[in-house]
Amino acid sequence: MAVPRELRQISDAVWELPVSWKPGMRVPARLYGTRDLVEHFDDGVFEQAANVATLPGIQKYSFCMPDGHWGYGFPIGGVAAFDPDEGVISPGGIGFDINCGMRLVATNLTCGEVEPHLHRLVDRLFERIPSGVGSTGFVRLDEDEFLDVVEQGSRWCLRNGYALPEDLELTEEQGCMEGADAAKVSHKAVQRGHNQIGTLGSGNHYLEIQVARKENIFNPGLARAFGITMPDQVVVMYHCGSRGFGHQVATDYLHVLLDVMERVYGIRIIDRELACAPFRSPQGQDYFSAMKCAVNMSFANRQVILHRVREVFSDVFGKSPDDLGIRQVYDVTHNTAKLEEHVIDGRRRRVLIHRKGSTRAFGPGMEGIPERYKPFGQPVIIGGSMETGSYLLAGVESGDQTFYSTAHGSGRVMSRHSARKKYQGKNLVREMQFRGIYVRTASLRGLAEEAGGAYKDIDAVARASELAGISTPVVRLTPIGNIKG
Amino acid sequence: MPYTYLEEIAIADAAFEARADTREGLFVEAGDALVNVMVEDLKSVRPLVRRSFHAQAEDLERLLFEYLQQFIFFKDAEQLLLRVSKVAITEESGMLELTAEAAGEKIDPKRHDLNADVKAVTLHRFRVRHEPGGWTAVVVLDI
Repeated sequence: MAVPRELRQISDAVWELPVSWKPGMRVPARLYGTRDLVEHFDDGVFEQAANVATLPGIQKYSFCMPDGHWGYGFPIGGVAAFDPDEGVISPGGIGFDINCGMRLVATNLTCGEVEPHLHRLVDRLFERIPSGVGSTGFVRLDEDEFLDVVEQGSRWCLRNGYALPEDLELTEEQGCMEGADAAKVSHKAVQRGHNQIGTLGSGNHYLEIQVARKENIFNPGLARAFGITMPDQVVVMYHCGSRGFGHQVATDYLHVLLDVMERVYGIRIIDRELACAPFRSPQGQDYFSAMKCAVNMSFANRQVILHRVREVFSDVFGKSPDDLGIRQVYDVTHNTAKLEEHVIDGRRRRVLIHRKGSTRAFGPGMEGIPERYKPFGQPVIIGGSMETGSYLLAGVESGDQTFYSTAHGSGRVMSRHSARKKYQGKNLVREMQFRGIYVRTASLRGLAEEAGGAYKDIDAVARASELAGISTPVVRLTPIGNIKG
Repeated sequence: MPYTYLEEIAIADAAFEARADTREGLFVEAGDALVNVMVEDLKSVRPLVRRSFHAQAEDLERLLFEYLQQFIFFKDAEQLLLRVSKVAITEESGMLELTAEAAGEKIDPKRHDLNADVKAVTLHRFRVRHEPGGWTAVVVLDI
């Protein structure tokens, strides 16, 4: 991989590509990562971060997080803020899987208490939370009811017995982005998604049983504040999104915006996947409203899955979810655009932040995080590969440098095709079992594509985020059970 | 094989190049290439139910895009894996119109050896070419 010669090191884990690197760049691109991570970025990361820097209304920098890799339009790990009056909104800055995100749920069980029941637990979760190609959920909704879900997100779940009030409090945006308008989504999107609530999907989506081992609790104070209170505590972490509904919203609006971008608004772009429209334009606003529907569908999806997790744990351990201490730690979104207030050049301004494969990481005291976490900063959940582990981190004050954004996962380094050639699903299941991780999967080949070796080193990603001052590691979580789409 | 998967275009996803003598044949191959990302053995998809695809576009690339979207649509909306055996493309006052007859069956994890779900057809490097040797298309799918 060739690192551009013009790439300048700003600090230990921050690098900059100047505007002179590519014609049309309005701001420099800033890439986050240690030297080793940045040297291993694929070429697409530099190209795409620079392409984003050419978009109208971009503020300060086009960012890429330490887990960055090549994406469509924006790189995965791309973050950019736009002036809402002069800037654009771009589906390519959000991704096809709108509000793909992570949820972390604590229990009061220890690894020793769970291990004797682990196979039954994982088997039951695998049965009760459908995954893989074409899977449908247990919540049967007609299309009209589904429109309520996409406008109300987790609030719909609360009204229908799939949530506790506390779950909503502990979800980004409290599980519902205001301003979602179902009139702005296509019938096709509704048809694709209305039967998919409560399903994991496939690809890199998963649910894991994990353990907070004593030696991996780096910040006991923050860990306690977030509900990780004892060594070997068992938690559940999962990663999924807005399923076919969100994918269709993204696809629909990619074309709507492509059709008007140059013809109506005179915007020329480098890459079709960067299709965009002025944020204040009718098409820009329509997409924003439709995107919020997909954000809400995804919150509802993860909420219904939590309901299933509670049921399964309760069945397997013969105790109520409350007695098992099943409590949501937090739910974070990855692929969104949001209006947020940030200080830019000394002035507090409202900007439209695109985060694609990046987690919001608000620092202590900021509005928008649950009251109980305010003194500590926002919990950040970073999912690693299924073999290695994941992290719980916290947002920090110095996160203002990236508009309070950090990494979201480990980031792929090996193509799916190469991973399938290198790893065999069956062997992987055996090897993981040998190392104490029990896996159930909808597809053995899909499993091989997700092998640990196909991803960057999650520890390096977490370290880089700390070194750069955009989030601080709290606990490293080790998998013992995994269900994989 | 009339389509091959391209390894390093999209590390997190899947990409293919399809080839055929005619543009109609190209569409048939491209549809199979997409469905083959989701199910390992296309022969395991029995033609038990039928669906008709209709699409309209100003150019052939957009037409192929719309056509490929339909496989993804039916996979989610009706949990169907479909294969197309015949495509007809006509042109009327500058618009291309496509009709295709698709046949397949409901996804059954017991019978179908499933791989990764296809979320979307992307426009990254998307192209359709007519060259002396025939028609080719390059498509990158989001997984």
